[in-house]
Amino acid sequence: MPQAATPTTIDAESANDPVLDRKPENRVWKKFRGHRSAMLGGILVTFFVAMALLAPVLPIPDPAATDWAAVRQAPSSTHLLGTDEIGRDVLSRMVWGAQASLLAGVVSVVIAVLMGVPLGIAAGYFGGWTDAVISRCTEALLAAPFLILAIALAAFLGPSLTNAMIAIGISATPLFVRLTRGQVLSVAAEDYVDSARVIGLPTRKILARYILPNILPPVLVQATLTIATAIIAEASLSFLGLGQQPPAPSWGSMLNTAKNFLNQAPWMALWPGVAIFLVVLGFNLLGDGLRDALDPREQ
Amino acid sequence: MLSFILRRLLIAIPTILLISVFVFTLQKLLPGDPILAMAGEERDPATIEFLREKYRLNDPIPVQYVTWVGNALTGDLGISLRTNQPVLELIGQKLPVTIQLATMAMIFALVIGIPAGILSAIRKGTLTDYVANVVALSGLSIPNFWLGIMLILLVSVKWQLLPASGYVPFGEDPLRSIQVMLMPAFVLGTALAATLMRHTRSAMLSVLTSDYVRTARAKGLSERRVILRHAFRNALTPIVTLSALLFGELIAGAVLTEQIFTVPGFGKLIVDAVFTRDYAVVQGIVLVTAVGFIIMNLLADVAYVLLNPRLRGQ
Repeated sequence: MPQAATPTTIDAESANDPVLDRKPENRVWKKFRGHRSAMLGGILVTFFVAMALLAPVLPIPDPAATDWAAVRQAPSSTHLLGTDEIGRDVLSRMVWGAQASLLAGVVSVVIAVLMGVPLGIAAGYFGGWTDAVISRCTEALLAAPFLILAIALAAFLGPSLTNAMIAIGISATPLFVRLTRGQVLSVAAEDYVDSARVIGLPTRKILARYILPNILPPVLVQATLTIATAIIAEASLSFLGLGQQPPAPSWGSMLNTAKNFLNQAPWMALWPGVAIFLVVLGFNLLGDGLRDALDPREQ
Repeated sequence: MLSFILRRLLIAIPTILLISVFVFTLQKLLPGDPILAMAGEERDPATIEFLREKYRLNDPIPVQYVTWVGNALTGDLGISLRTNQPVLELIGQKLPVTIQLATMAMIFALVIGIPAGILSAIRKGTLTDYVANVVALSGLSIPNFWLGIMLILLVSVKWQLLPASGYVPFGEDPLRSIQVMLMPAFVLGTALAATLMRHTRSAMLSVLTSDYVRTARAKGLSERRVILRHAFRNALTPIVTLSALLFGELIAGAVLTEQIFTVPGFGKLIVDAVFTRDYAVVQGIVLVTAVGFIIMNLLADVAYVLLNPRLRGQ
């Protein structure tokens, strides 16, 4: 008579066997960990987040402190990435600039998610006139290119980092409305949602217990990818003078100043751009990795 | 086909109306009273009243909207405060410059993006595929204004190969015009090339596993013929529609590219208008761009039906 497997044996097997590993979060994490580029993205994002958070305690000069004796100095042991046109330390401004960029990226996406997801749920779940009105408004906003819309809104609201975040958030909202609506339409047609309706569960509970948890993974992926777009949009608005206002540091405004000193101080233009590139690449890699890890077809 | 186009046009009408509501609302977001700014420092009550009547600001907001839409329908988008020219005329002057830039950028994007996507798909999982994907993702992550600055630094300042800024009308000197536009078009085309590459790769991968490609191979056709005649032709449909839909990205990208390379186009017009508080121009540009995008969407839908024989008869 074959001996029954002990629980320890099952655990050991299930840890390596994707079929026996039934917990979805374990499967997703395992898949994500195996995705090398996603891990690289995660490292890049963590590095920049740590840089932004630790800016106040890092041993770097005040980002607004000018030094007229050190104007446009090339990188040296005193100023590792050189100085700008009024003698401010480029490294220090870059480290502090990470705060503005990441804050803008995250806050504008939070605005877009908070506005877009409820509207998308309403459109997808209730259908009819609600859907028609929300969908037409979404299409109208999608018709105006993202950056043009953000520039127009930032121009009318006035130039500041807060207004840039609001403008980017509003411009990104239609993406989340459309995505959520589509997801809700497919989830709402599932048998378990029908069953919940049949047993008389109130709409509020159906939405909170069955619809929302099932639409969150694609929203999370889209949010990660939109942070990348929002960081570029904030840098673009600051580059045009419609985002973070001087003397507060931001990568976009640093590039705006740097373009006037390309011949004399090329390092002023190099590093803020590298920083934007790396953090955006990080979020893009992370988003791609999350998409693969959360896609049930890829399990 | 005609009824399909008419149906799509009818669907576009409410969208355009909503855009007009949005664009009209923009001016209401302005802090303070624009008439007070226009009336000058003396703020003479008679002048203020005259201006309010002239711009019909004493009317209720819905009436103001209807008047504004009525004017917009006849091509009257207002007068530029900066140049005193009608907004539509101003946009008409700048548009050809941006169209030239966008066309050249699209050529770059197609020439780079499509072959890279095909190569990446047919060599899936190899080093070529990996490199193409890394380059594409990098293209999507590089801010185009920074790429422009770096190119100016290298190509214009260091190597002195191409001019850093300026514009020569195509009709005046075609060769010089193309030469001046090369760098801005490359910068604008990079992100589009990356998007096209990723879509071409994914479209090719899906057709390469289809039955008709397997049949074509089984018939003994050369791999080149299988890829170009059978696979690529069928993968082309979503790529063509995507190219039309990239119009919005082209216009948005042109704003920054034109700013860096001082190209006097549509994008530079909106930035200059923003800084001179020329709000009629900003509104006009948002409206014209959105309507242009809807037209491109419509063309993309028509192209999709025309290119797909299964939809043509429906």
